Amino acid sequence: MSASAQAAVLSVSGIGKTYAQPVLSDIDLTLMRGEVLALTGENGAGKSTLSKIIGGLVVPTTGNMQFQGKPYKPASRTEAERLGVRMVMQELNLLPTLSVAENLFLDNLPSRGGWINRKRLRADAIQAMAQVGLDAIDPDTLVGELGIGHQQMVEIARNLIGDCHVLILDEPTAMLTAREVEMLFEQITRLQARGVSIIYISHRLEELARVAQRIAVLRDGRLVCVEPIADYSSEQLVTLMVGRELGEHIDLGVRAIGDVALAVKGLGRAGKVKDVSFDVRSGEIFGISGLIGAGRTELLRLIYGADVADSGHIEVGSPLRVASIRSPVDAVAHGIALITEDRKGEGLLMNQSIRANIALGNMASISSNGVVNGHEETRLAQRQVEAMRIRSSSTAQLVSELSGGNQQKVVIGRWLERDCKVMLFDEPTRGIDVGAKFDIYTLLGELTRQGRALVVVSSDLRELMLICDRIGVLSDGRLIDTFERDSWSQDELLAAAFAGYQKRDALLNEAAPGNAL
Amino acid sequence: MKTSTSTQALPATGKRSSNYFGLGTYLGLAGALLAMIVLFSLLSDHFLSYETFSTLANQIPDLMVLAVGMTFILIIGGIDLSVGSVLALAASAVSVAMLGWGWSVFPAALLGMACATLAGTITGSITVAWRIPSFIVSLGVLEMARGVAYQMTNSRTAYIGDSFAWLSDPVAFGISPSFIIALLIILAAQAVLTRTVFGRYLIGIGTNEEAVRLAGINPKPYKIVVFSLMGLLAGVAALFQVSRLEAADPNAGAGLELQVIAAVVIGGTSLMGGRGSVISTFFGVLIISVLAAGLAQIGASEPTKRIITGAVIVIAVVLDTYRSNRAKRQS
Repeated sequence: MSASAQAAVLSVSGIGKTYAQPVLSDIDLTLMRGEVLALTGENGAGKSTLSKIIGGLVVPTTGNMQFQGKPYKPASRTEAERLGVRMVMQELNLLPTLSVAENLFLDNLPSRGGWINRKRLRADAIQAMAQVGLDAIDPDTLVGELGIGHQQMVEIARNLIGDCHVLILDEPTAMLTAREVEMLFEQITRLQARGVSIIYISHRLEELARVAQRIAVLRDGRLVCVEPIADYSSEQLVTLMVGRELGEHIDLGVRAIGDVALAVKGLGRAGKVKDVSFDVRSGEIFGISGLIGAGRTELLRLIYGADVADSGHIEVGSPLRVASIRSPVDAVAHGIALITEDRKGEGLLMNQSIRANIALGNMASISSNGVVNGHEETRLAQRQVEAMRIRSSSTAQLVSELSGGNQQKVVIGRWLERDCKVMLFDEPTRGIDVGAKFDIYTLLGELTRQGRALVVVSSDLRELMLICDRIGVLSDGRLIDTFERDSWSQDELLAAAFAGYQKRDALLNEAAPGNAL
Repeated sequence: MKTSTSTQALPATGKRSSNYFGLGTYLGLAGALLAMIVLFSLLSDHFLSYETFSTLANQIPDLMVLAVGMTFILIIGGIDLSVGSVLALAASAVSVAMLGWGWSVFPAALLGMACATLAGTITGSITVAWRIPSFIVSLGVLEMARGVAYQMTNSRTAYIGDSFAWLSDPVAFGISPSFIIALLIILAAQAVLTRTVFGRYLIGIGTNEEAVRLAGINPKPYKIVVFSLMGLLAGVAALFQVSRLEAADPNAGAGLELQVIAAVVIGGTSLMGGRGSVISTFFGVLIISVLAAGLAQIGASEPTKRIITGAVIVIAVVLDTYRSNRAKRQS
C-alpha cells in the first residue's frame, strides 16, 4: 500500500460540536480510499458525536468537511446516505416483523402500481445478501427470527445497497459471538478490496489491531493521535486514551471506616452480571468502574432487588446476615437505597413538586392513619432543601424546573430521612455541571461521615479516583480486580476494564474460524 | 438537556404547570357550565325551572359515583370499560337475592355491592398480575359481567318494587338521599386523593410507576385496590338505579362507560395518568348532564344530541391538550 495509490475519500477539518459544553473540538482527520480507520477513546470521549456528524445525524458547530473532493455538508442522514456515506448504529434499525428482503429494500421496494414485485425483491435481496456472506439465509425469513449477529449483517447489507463509499460501524461486535465476529471481519476485508472506506468504532483494542490499518484516538473531545495501528501496543493506546493529567483533589473529611455493611456474594443474572462478590464497610466509598455495557447498572439493580438475581445473595446488617431481596421493598426494609442513573425515567416524578418527590418514600414519617400531614411534609422537604443546599424558589417548585444537580439532590434527599446504611449511586454526576459535581462529592463525603456505606458507579474514572477508597472494575459482567486507594493507577484501572473483553478476544483467536463458540 | 452551567435553579415560572388543579381550573369549568345554562335558558323558556333541576338531581347520582371511580382509574393510567355491565350485574344480583331468595333490602344491597367489587378486583388483579392493558381486560370483563347478569335474570327485567325508593325520593328541593350520598362520596374521594398516602401513591404511580417502585413502594396492591373501588362504586350506582327504576334491568348501563369516561375527561383528568381531580370530574358530570337535559328541552333529535355531545367531548380534550402543551412550553 503505497501512499500514492491512496486517495482521500473524506476529510474533516476543524470540526467541533458544542451543546451546553464543547463535546468535540478541532478535529482534523482524513479517510483514505479502501482503508479501515479505527476510532477509539474512553466513554464520552466524542466517538459517537464525531461519527454522527460524518453520518449526517448531527450538524457540527464549527469546521467543514470534504467528500470526494467536494464540500460535504449533509443536512440529514438521508442526504449523507444518498452521497454514499452510511452508518450502522449500535441500536439496529430493523423491523423484526418484516422479512429480510423487505427490510433490505424498505425505502425502495420494487413495485408496480403499489403491488410488490416479489420475484425481483427476492432476486435483489439474494444479491445484496451475498455481498455480506449471508448466502445461507432465505430472504423471506422474518428478521425477528434471526440471531442478533445475522441481524447486524442484514443492517450492514442494507447500507451497502446502492453507492457506499464510506461505512461507519459503531461498536459492531458488541453483541456478536466469536464466530459472527470472524464473519464480520471477513466481510470487512472484502469491502475494503472493493474500495469501501470504513470507520470502525470500538474500545476492543485487540479487534482494532486485527482489522484496522490506522487508529484515531479521541480524548475529551480532542483528537490525540492518528497513526498506523501497528506502531502502538495496547498499553500505549490505553495511555493515550486516558491522558496523563491528574484529577483535582478534594477533601472528603475524616471518616471512621467501620465494619462490613454490605457483603455481595456471587451475584449473577442472565450473563450480564457474572459471579460478582465484594464487601463494603460503613464509612467507605466503594467505586465500580468499567466500560458501558460491562454490567455496572445491572449489578446495582440486583443488589437493590429491582431485578431478581439468578444466583448469589447479599448480606447486610451488624452482625452480617443474609438478606433475601426480591424487590425494592425488601431492599428498603434492609436499609439499602438506590439512586438511579436515569433521574427522569426512574427517579423523579418530574411534573410534581420538590415536596411531593421527597415525601415519596417517606410517607410513614409524615402521615398518621394514612392521612398526609401537609405541615410535616413541608417541614421535611424544607429540612432536606436546606441540608442539601437545593437551589429552589420553594418546596412547591416543580422538579422539572430544577437543574440536573439540584434534581439529583432531591432524589438523594428522599433517602436521607430513612435509616439507609447502604446507598447505591449509579452515575451520580451524569448530566451535572462541574460546580454541582463538587457539591455532590461533598455530600457523598458527609454521608460516609454519618457511617453509611456507599457504592458508586461511574464512567468517569477520574471521578472515582477522586472520591473512592477502593475501586472494583467490572469487565464483561465480571469483577476483574479491586484496587486500593494509593495503589492504583489510571492505566491499571483501564487495563482491567478492557481485560474481560481481551479474554474473549483471546478465546476468539483460539477458536478456528467456523467453530461455534 | 443541560440548560445552564451554574448550579442555580431556574426561576419558578409562577404557574404551577398543568398537573395542578387549582381555582383557575374550577373557575374555567364552572364558567363553561354557566355559559351552557345561560345558552339553554335563552333557547328554551322551560329550561331554567324546578323540573329541570329536580330531574337532573334525580338522574345524575349514578354518573357521579361511577365518575369518581373512573377518575382514580385514569389517574393510575388505566381505564375500565366494564362499569356499565358491572352495574347491571350488581342490579341483577340484588333482584335475584330479593325476589328469588326472599332476602331483605340490606343484605341484598350488600350482595350487589360485593359482586361488583369482585368484578372490579378481577379486572385489577389480572391487569396487574400479567401486566395486560386494563383496556383489554375490562373489555373481557364487560362481556362476562353482562352475560352473568343475563343468566341470573333470564334476560328479563325484574320488578323489585319500592323497597329502595327512599334512596331516590326527594327529601327537600328535589334533592334525594342518593344525590347527597354521591356528593359525600365525591368530597371524600377528593380528600383521599389530595390528603392521604394512598392518594399520593396513586398520583405517583400514574406519573412514573418505575420511580415509585424504585422508591421502595410496591405499586401492585394500590393498583388492584383502585379497580376494586371502581367495582364497589359501580355497585353503589346500581343501587341508585334500582331505586329510581324500581326494577333491575340486565340491559342497564349499556354504553354507560363512554359517558363516564367522557365526564371524567371533560373535567380535565388526563388519559395518560398522573393528573386528575374528583371535583373537576364533578363539573364534567354536570356539563355532560346539563348538555343532555338542555338538548332534550330544546327538542333536539337523538342523532343531533349524539353529534353535539360527541363534539363537546372532542373540543374539551383539544382545549385541555392545548392548555397543558402551553404550560409545558412555559416551564
